[in-house]
Amino acid sequence: MAILVFADNHGGKITKSSLEAVGYAAAMGGDVTAVTFGSIEGDGGMGNYGASKVIVAGNATSDPQQLTRLVVDVANAIGASDIVFSHDTTGKSVAPRVAARMDAGLVAGATAIPSGKEIKKNVFSGKAFAYVEACTDKRVISVLPNSFGLKASGGSATVEQYSGDCGSAGVIVKDFKPTSTDGSVPLPEAEMVVSAGRGMKGPENWGIIEDLAGVLGATTACSRPVADIGWRPHHEHVGQTGIAIRPNLYIAVGISGAIQHLAGVNGSKVIVVINTDPEAPFFKAADYGIVGDAFEVVPKLTEALKAFKSAH
Amino acid sequence: MKILVCISKAPDTTSRIAFTDNNTAFDQNGVQFIVNPYDEWYALVRALELKEAQGGSVTTITVGGADNDPIIRKALAIGADDAVRVDAEALDSLAVAKYIANYASANGYDLVMCGKETIDYNGAVVGGMVAELMDVPYVSLAIKLDVNGSVATLEREAQGGTEIVEASLPLVISASKGMAEQRIPNMRGIMAARTKPLQVVASEGINASTKVVRYELPPAKAAVKLVSADNVAELVDLLHNEAKVI
Ligand SMILES: Cc1cc2nc3c(=O)[nH]c(=O)nc-3n(C[C@H](O)[C@H](O)[C@H](O)COP(=O)(O)OP(=O)(O)OC[C@H]3O[C@@H](n4cnc5c(N)ncnc54)[C@H](O)[C@@H]3O)c2cc1C
Repeated sequence: MAILVFADNHGGKITKSSLEAVGYAAAMGGDVTAVTFGSIEGDGGMGNYGASKVIVAGNATSDPQQLTRLVVDVANAIGASDIVFSHDTTGKSVAPRVAARMDAGLVAGATAIPSGKEIKKNVFSGKAFAYVEACTDKRVISVLPNSFGLKASGGSATVEQYSGDCGSAGVIVKDFKPTSTDGSVPLPEAEMVVSAGRGMKGPENWGIIEDLAGVLGATTACSRPVADIGWRPHHEHVGQTGIAIRPNLYIAVGISGAIQHLAGVNGSKVIVVINTDPEAPFFKAADYGIVGDAFEVVPKLTEALKAFKSAH
Repeated sequence: MKILVCISKAPDTTSRIAFTDNNTAFDQNGVQFIVNPYDEWYALVRALELKEAQGGSVTTITVGGADNDPIIRKALAIGADDAVRVDAEALDSLAVAKYIANYASANGYDLVMCGKETIDYNGAVVGGMVAELMDVPYVSLAIKLDVNGSVATLEREAQGGTEIVEASLPLVISASKGMAEQRIPNMRGIMAARTKPLQVVASEGINASTKVVRYELPPAKAAVKLVSADNVAELVDLLHNEAKVI
């Protein structure tokens, strides 16, 4: 069985969620070819996650139409039964195009490798799961970031240049504005997230949240009203109508835990809630909780974590 | 500018999620349906703003049965000029995309706008499929959209930041938070919506390419472990030794 993975790269570095997609394809048990664009160093680390061959299209950009032509051409050439993407910001642009072009069933946001023909995915914003089957011979799968994890195998892949034509680009990238200049991990990929809500009283109080995130190497997030009133940028808004995340650790400070908020964070492996109100609904969805004032508890927790970090 | 906005219905965000028929169907009992928030708050409102600034028309399109008409009327109340409902079963994303692309290609739109995803199936795929079927560019996860003549300038959510991109019309986009502010329909809008045209187009029998075999609810969460505010070191210890996340 031949499986093709589309791998995204940023400035030549294969993204973490793409490495995860490579590992997912390898776990499906096929011969994995990965395809990417621009230029990368060596096999981009993809052999280490199970790719046996890497194809680089130096003549393609991140344009979804070029990438669609590239992916479909390579998929046909290697006779791929499955084409795997990450369900990230690039995958969401390219996977649907590829599925439409190949007239193949697309399972978007898979959280586990196929079991027989069934693929598990989240539905109703994480409030339930669905087991989905493709009715077509060929199948396109996009993997929800942080759902499979990074599983290194220690291999390496052969690298080949793509010699076909990817055509012209329909979408031209003019500029890129990074959300963080401090190098913190983007929210969808983050393994640790410290999030805060209206309980923080005002934007000037976010210092203690940033300090806590800093000691953990976590990314910061917030509830919707906090983004809506401009205390924090929109891209930090998590929940049903914001970003859905699945970190290993989610610490929620001064967030009540409304159903729409929980919908975006309930995939987190461990949830810690800090709230003054013992009746806050978030405690029902939490693994660990502290009933207390954020302004006292958070600095103490930061200190305790610093002590822990220096001892470990 | 002729704009087509894809509108779908979704269960209200506070709905209790349950399944029937041996866990093969969503239990709609007592569920209130709303316009999918991304379609309504961002795609539709930005389409209306563009029309108000530059002239043109805003048509909504929905694939599905007459049970969609209330949410279509809501979109008309917010300000769309007219609506189309393709009277076919919305079997899966690709089938929906084919119906929409067929209609859009036959009727010549400059801009087709979708929400970034529906809050029930969470696919984020219809827009991209429509674009491919129409053979036009697609910009997903757009948070800003301006059109100048035949060129659109957009900002979109990308990994680790925001991309500023350009594409020429005709174009398909999916809208994310930040593109516009939610509009609440007023009485005049609601009255006008009753008589605005809602054209029902007969189904064309497109097959599904995927099917849901069954649904499952997540296992119940164990009770929270509370730690005293005076003993945060205990929390650190639990996160390290028990949860093993630090
Ligand atoms: C259609 C729809 C979609 C929505 N989508 C989202 C979404 O995607 N994401 C989202 O977050 N919300 C969403 N919401 C809003 C959601 O319903 C809640 O209103 C929102 O999550 C509440 O934000 P909050 O917890 O920050 O504020 P509040 O509900 O005001 O809660 C503040 C909490 O802080 C606690 N607190 C106060 N002072 C302190 C202190 N000193 N120390 C510790 N704790 C303190 C309080 O006890 C309280 O629990 C949506 C709503 C609708 C209708």
